[in-house]
Amino acid sequence: MTTPSEVLPAVHGAELTKDGHPYGSKPIENTALLGMLLFIASEIMFFAGLFAAYFDIRAKNLPHWPALPEGAEFGVTPVIIAATFILISSSAVIEWGVIRIRRGDRRGMNRAFALTVLMGVTFLALEATDWYILASEGVTLSGSVFGSLYFTMTGFHFAHVLGGVIGISIMLGRGVSGQFSARHHTAAEAVSYYWHFVDVVWVLLFATFYILR
Amino acid sequence: MATTTLSPRASAYTARSRVLEWLTTTDHKKIGIMYITTAYIFFLLAGLMALGIRTELAFPGTQILDPALYNQAFTMHGTTMIFFFVMPMLAGFANYIVPLQIGAADMAFPRINALSFWIIPFSGVLLFSSFLLGGAANGGWTSYTPLSEATYSTTSGQDLWLAALILSGVSSIMGAINFLATTFRLRAPGMTMLRMPIFTWTVLVTNVLLLFAVPVLAAGMLMLFIDRNYGGSFFNPAAGGDTILWQHIFWFFGHPEVYILILPAFGIISEVIPVFSRKPLFGYKAFVIATVSIGVLGFGVWAHHMFTTGAVFLPFFSITTFLIAVPTGVKMFNWIATMWRGKIVFHTPMLFAVGFLASFLIGGLDGAFSASTPIDFALQDTYWIVSHLHYVLFGGSALAIMAATYYWFPKMTGRFLSERIGKVQFWIVLIATQLTFFPMHLLGLNGMPRRIQDYAPNAGWQDLNVLATIGSFGLGLGVALMMWNIFASLRGPKTAGDDPWEGNTLEWATTSPPPSYNFDHLPEIRSERPVFDLRHPGAGHAPALTAGDGAKP
Repeated sequence: MTTPSEVLPAVHGAELTKDGHPYGSKPIENTALLGMLLFIASEIMFFAGLFAAYFDIRAKNLPHWPALPEGAEFGVTPVIIAATFILISSSAVIEWGVIRIRRGDRRGMNRAFALTVLMGVTFLALEATDWYILASEGVTLSGSVFGSLYFTMTGFHFAHVLGGVIGISIMLGRGVSGQFSARHHTAAEAVSYYWHFVDVVWVLLFATFYILR
Repeated sequence: MATTTLSPRASAYTARSRVLEWLTTTDHKKIGIMYITTAYIFFLLAGLMALGIRTELAFPGTQILDPALYNQAFTMHGTTMIFFFVMPMLAGFANYIVPLQIGAADMAFPRINALSFWIIPFSGVLLFSSFLLGGAANGGWTSYTPLSEATYSTTSGQDLWLAALILSGVSSIMGAINFLATTFRLRAPGMTMLRMPIFTWTVLVTNVLLLFAVPVLAAGMLMLFIDRNYGGSFFNPAAGGDTILWQHIFWFFGHPEVYILILPAFGIISEVIPVFSRKPLFGYKAFVIATVSIGVLGFGVWAHHMFTTGAVFLPFFSITTFLIAVPTGVKMFNWIATMWRGKIVFHTPMLFAVGFLASFLIGGLDGAFSASTPIDFALQDTYWIVSHLHYVLFGGSALAIMAATYYWFPKMTGRFLSERIGKVQFWIVLIATQLTFFPMHLLGLNGMPRRIQDYAPNAGWQDLNVLATIGSFGLGLGVALMMWNIFASLRGPKTAGDDPWEGNTLEWATTSPPPSYNFDHLPEIRSERPVFDLRHPGAGHAPALTAGDGAKP
């Protein structure tokens, strides 16, 4: 049995049908996860817009691509390899945390989420390093259209990872303060969906910038 | 009684002042009313700009708007009408009506709902603040590059335009998530997908379009913002970028957008016509399929706005454009067949619905002309296009919004709008619509380009322009009458009752206005017309079987 405070917005205390369920009779937990999936759908379209711009401009410039300023180099670096490895692994780590809380192991979830935050922050630091190296070689947002695309696309991905790190940190704080159980962990699960999404976007960015060129 | 016990916070809830109550509400009905009010305010502002534009064009030479101000006026007129009138207005009606029609207590995410609304007035203020900060955006509502790039659009107006529209886009995306979650999860027992009222169906498809189209525009706007402010070169061909890319991104959003503006209007008409024809909607399932097909095809026609760029595959986009006219035609026949042999009652909402059919038909037909590429090459950027888009947006969306206002005002307030003023307003608006927008067809055929502030006295365009200007002031009068009707009726007696029109859908099963929790009890839902079934037991789609009726002989 769920109590009214769990299934209803707090200000609408009186809206239960006779059997104690809200109209619609489906638990609000699923609705929140559905909301996250819909949000991710809109985010996919946002990045699709950026990727479409990339491939359009790339097609216009072929075979001179990536079009860089004189003397600048662009290619996969150890920093990027490390960042990619860490971000992809973090997806497995957060999934492990979600599996733990489904079995009621809050401590296990907290550990996994703390590790995910750490890996996310490391990714951000490596990404910033990559930007710094590129900028010092002359590839900048305003220097060339390739730079505009690279920094905009990785920049918005950076912002999304940062958002994910903040979200996971909040979940970690709630877990440490004793919230979440085997039944009630919708928020943690929703944040994990989002984290997988930013991970997949990075895989596509990596494939676009370093494999397809 | 256990089922009606108020929550412990109920006393704190009622102690708030009325102003604070409205400012902090998460009730979908109050939010809906705030959306509608805000949208009407922006409608008046954008309408005043339209009157300025028409006054300027009535005669050759400069009357009241110099060329620079004129560019700002038509840009802000279009932007405001689309993003701050029609979209919030339809979101407002959807907010109020959809949870009621599916028998829900509120939206799925009430606080996100409040946030979606509150972004709109703030982004609107941001947009209009540009008039005080060096001049508003002046590149048209489409803001084509390179005109909207920093080289040619030097004021901060274009940046404020981008910021305001990205914000309003965020509001639309959050609203779309909310509506989709609400319709998928919070339907009352018995309310299957194929028993949902048509208005709810059209809102559902509209929000799928919003969810997939708006983020793409947001990406494009951010790229333009980076071009303008941080030295990006996305749309700068000299630096390897692509100017046409903006048009692709804009219209990939922009064409679904026109269905976002018209589909809920179709939904409103599909609620009004059956009620006032005293018949069920003809071809409910065909209507649903047509709505979904429009949603799907709507993503495949965007480049028909770009035929003359020479950069798109003409036959493909021409054929998809003709194809999308088919489901729209299906709807037209559904409405006419619904009225056919019905006991038609011409209350004001029905008058506006019939006016919608006539005006939208003209707009739809001249849209089909432009779908043919050779004709479009001749008509591109002439007043023919201006006429087409106003016939579908004013003759379509705005007339439907007026129908909705008269139809649901009794539900929202418990009071009728004056039928007498309503009928006068209808005839003024209908005649003025034709007078304003029909001459634009002829102006277009005579070669008058859109977005010009002045024309030569010997161009032969003046008579038709004068007619259009007279019509536009007629529209102003009609809208003023409507505003007066609303204010006067709000002070009138509450005589409407729960179900003044003998409606079909669940919003008429509760009180007018409904309590904050919407329903004390719900009728049984066995068709798409539960309230009709309740009023005429045994006469609806699913006749009540008495014992033995189901047995085969």
